[in-house]
Amino acid sequence: METMNSFLGPLAFGSTGWGDDLLRGAWITITLALWSMTLGLVMGLGLAALKLSRFVLLRWLAESYTLFIRGMPEFLILLIVFFGSDQLINASLSAFGSEARVEVPKFVATVAGLSAIFAAYACEIFRGAYLAVPAGQIEAAQAVGLSAGKVFRRVRFPQMWRYAIPGLGNLWMVVLKDTSLAAVIALDELLRISKLGGETEGRQLTFFAAAGALYLMMTLLSDLGRAWAEQRSRRGISGT
Amino acid sequence: MKKTLMGASLAVLAMATTSQAQDVLRIATEGAYPPFNNVTADGELVGFDVDIAKALCAAMERECEIVAQDWDGIIPGLVNNKYDAIVASMSITQERLEAINFTAPYYSNYLSVLGKEGSDLTLEGLGDVAIGAQRSTVGSQWAEDEYGSRADVRLYDTNPAAVSDLEAGRIEAIVMDFLPAAEVLNTTSGLGYIEAKIDINDQIGIGIRKGDDELTDAFNAALETIRADGTYEAISVAYFGTDIY
Amino acid sequence: MYQDLKFAASDGVCAGLSPVSGALFKKFCPRFIDGFAVTIELLVLSSILGFLLAVSLVLGRMSGRAVLSWPANVLVYCFRGTPLLVQLWIVYFGIGSFGADGLGALWVFFKNPWAVGLLVLVLNTSAYVSEILRGGLVNLDKGQMEAAQSVGMSWLTAMRRIMLPQAIRIAWPAYGNELVLLMKGSALISTITVLDLMGQTRTVFARNFDLNTYLYAAVFYLILAGIITVFVSVVQRNFSKSRLS
Repeated sequence: METMNSFLGPLAFGSTGWGDDLLRGAWITITLALWSMTLGLVMGLGLAALKLSRFVLLRWLAESYTLFIRGMPEFLILLIVFFGSDQLINASLSAFGSEARVEVPKFVATVAGLSAIFAAYACEIFRGAYLAVPAGQIEAAQAVGLSAGKVFRRVRFPQMWRYAIPGLGNLWMVVLKDTSLAAVIALDELLRISKLGGETEGRQLTFFAAAGALYLMMTLLSDLGRAWAEQRSRRGISGT
Repeated sequence: MKKTLMGASLAVLAMATTSQAQDVLRIATEGAYPPFNNVTADGELVGFDVDIAKALCAAMERECEIVAQDWDGIIPGLVNNKYDAIVASMSITQERLEAINFTAPYYSNYLSVLGKEGSDLTLEGLGDVAIGAQRSTVGSQWAEDEYGSRADVRLYDTNPAAVSDLEAGRIEAIVMDFLPAAEVLNTTSGLGYIEAKIDINDQIGIGIRKGDDELTDAFNAALETIRADGTYEAISVAYFGTDIY
Repeated sequence: MYQDLKFAASDGVCAGLSPVSGALFKKFCPRFIDGFAVTIELLVLSSILGFLLAVSLVLGRMSGRAVLSWPANVLVYCFRGTPLLVQLWIVYFGIGSFGADGLGALWVFFKNPWAVGLLVLVLNTSAYVSEILRGGLVNLDKGQMEAAQSVGMSWLTAMRRIMLPQAIRIAWPAYGNELVLLMKGSALISTITVLDLMGQTRTVFARNFDLNTYLYAAVFYLILAGIITVFVSVVQRNFSKSRLS
C-alpha cells in the first residue's frame, strides 16, 4: 500500500491523497446516473403511452415535450431546473395557500433534469419497441380471449424490452456522461472533485486525466453490461 | 478542506427537507472566500463573516445556523426562503437591490487588479488586453462597466481558475476584491499589483429577503451594538490587524 | 476588423428587434446576439472540420493496417467514452496549466479559449461521426469493394468514389442527430470562458437573477435546432431524388 501510494502521488488513498475522494465522487456519479435512468425509464414509458394515445391533445403534448427537450442543450436544462425548481415549487405551494417552503438539493435537481432528458429520448425507443412487437401475436392473444390489459402485460410488455434494450443501453452511456454537468453547479461528483483536487495540488492535468480514466472504466464496464443484456434479451429467439 | 466538502455534500444528499424559518435564524455564507468565509478540515465554517454573523446573533439573542451556499445560487436561495440572511461579504449593488434588501454596511470593500510581477500595464491599458474576473462579482461588473461589455473580460466560475490562467499567461490581469487579492499575493509567487486599491464606493452589507423589514432592523441594531461594545473591532483585528469597518 | 463587423451586425439586429422585444431582452440583446453568432461560428467550423477528420479516422480504422487503425480506434474510444466537459477541461485547464514555458510555440493556440473549444469540439464530434460512418460502411455489400478493386481501383479510390458516398447517404439521418448533439454540446465551452450564447446567458443571469434569461437562450437554441433539422431533411430529400434518377 505504501509503495502504491508513493507511486500514485497526489492520487494516493488515505488522508493525504485524493484517491479515495475521487472514488467517492465516482460513486456519486454512478448514483446520479442510476437514479436518473430509473426515473427516466418510468417517465419515458408514460410519455410513450401519451404518444400512442388516441387523443390528439395528449399526443401533441408529448410530442412538444420531446421536441423542446431534445432541441435544448442539456447544460441549459440543468441550469433551468437548478435555479427554477425552488421557485416553481414554492410559487405553487403559495398558490395553494401553504406557508411551507421547500428547498431542492442539488442532487435532486440534477436527477430531475437528467431524468427529464432521459425520458425524452427513451419514449421514442419505447414507442418503437411497442410497435415492433408483431401484430399477429397481438391478434392471436386477443383471439384466445385475453383482455386488453392482459395482452399488454403478458404479450407486448415482456417483448418490448428485447427491442428497447440496445437503444436504452446507448441512453445509459449518455446519462452517465451527462452527470458531469453537475460539476458546474458544484455538486461533488467525480469531475468536481477532480477540479478541486487539481486546483489545490496545482496538478490539473493529472487530476482531470484521472477523472477521464475513471469515466472510461465506467463506460467500458457499461459496454460489457450492455452486451450481456442484449444477449440475454435475445434468449430463445431464433435467427438472431 | 477537501474532506469536509465530501462530508458536506453527503449531508446535503441526506436532507431533502422542508424548512420553516421561525425560531432558528438561518444564515448563508459562501464558504470559499478566505479569510472571510471558508471551511476548515473539521467541516466547520470559519472566517470574518462567520464570526461577525455569530456576534450579531449573540447581540440579537437568537439561535443561528450558518450554512454554506455556492455564490451563483446564493441570492436565488435567499429569495426562495432557503435561509433568511446572507453574510458573505456581499457588495450592495443597484442590481442586487432589485432582488433583495440590505442592512447597513458592515465594512467597505475595494478592488485590486493583479498582474504578473513587473507587468507594466496600467488601468488605462486594461481595455485592450484579456482580463479575468469571477462571474457574478463586483469585480466583473466593474470591469464591464469600465471597459465596455465587449472588452475581453473572461469570466470564471471560481477565483482559483482565474489565478491559474493569470499564472499561465492566458490573461494579463485579474480584477478582484482587495483583501483576498492580498491573500493571493501571499500564497502565489510571480504575481504583483497593477493597482493595489481602487475605491469603487463598495459597501458590504447583509442580504435580507424583500419585505422582511423586521429582520433588517434587528440586524442593524445588533450591528450598532457590536460596534459600540468593541466586539467588532476585536474580530477585525484578529483577522486583519486593523479595524476594516 | 472582423470582430467590429460582427458587433455592428448584432447591434443592427437588436435595433431591428427593439420594437418587439421586452425590457429584459432589450437591455441585453447585443449580448444574446453576440453569443448566438459565436455559437453559430463554432458550430459551422467544428461540423465541417469534424466531418473531414471523421472521414480520415474511418479510413484509418477500416484500412486493415494496425499502425493506422489502432491510433484511430483508441482516439475514437477515448472521445466516445468520456464526457465532453472532461475533455474540454483536460485540454483547457490541464494542458493549459503548463503555460508558455511548457508548451512553447503551441501556446499561441492553447492560450486562446475559443481555439481550444473548437479543437475539442472537432475531436469529439469526429469520433462520433466516424462511428456513424463506420456503421454505414459495414452495412454495404463487400462485393462492391472487391469489384472496384478488380477493375483496378486502389482501395482508397474505391472508398472515396464508391463506398463512402453510399455510407454517407445511409448514415445521413444519424449524422443529422449528431449535428444537433454537437450544437447542444457546444454550450459547454462557456465553462472555459468563451462567451458563446450560453456564456453570455450565464453572464446576464449573474446580473439580473431572472429565470427568463434562460428561457430566451432556450428559444435561440431551439431556433438553431430547427434550422439544423430543416437543413438535414432538405439534403435527405436531395439524396432520395438523385437515387431515383
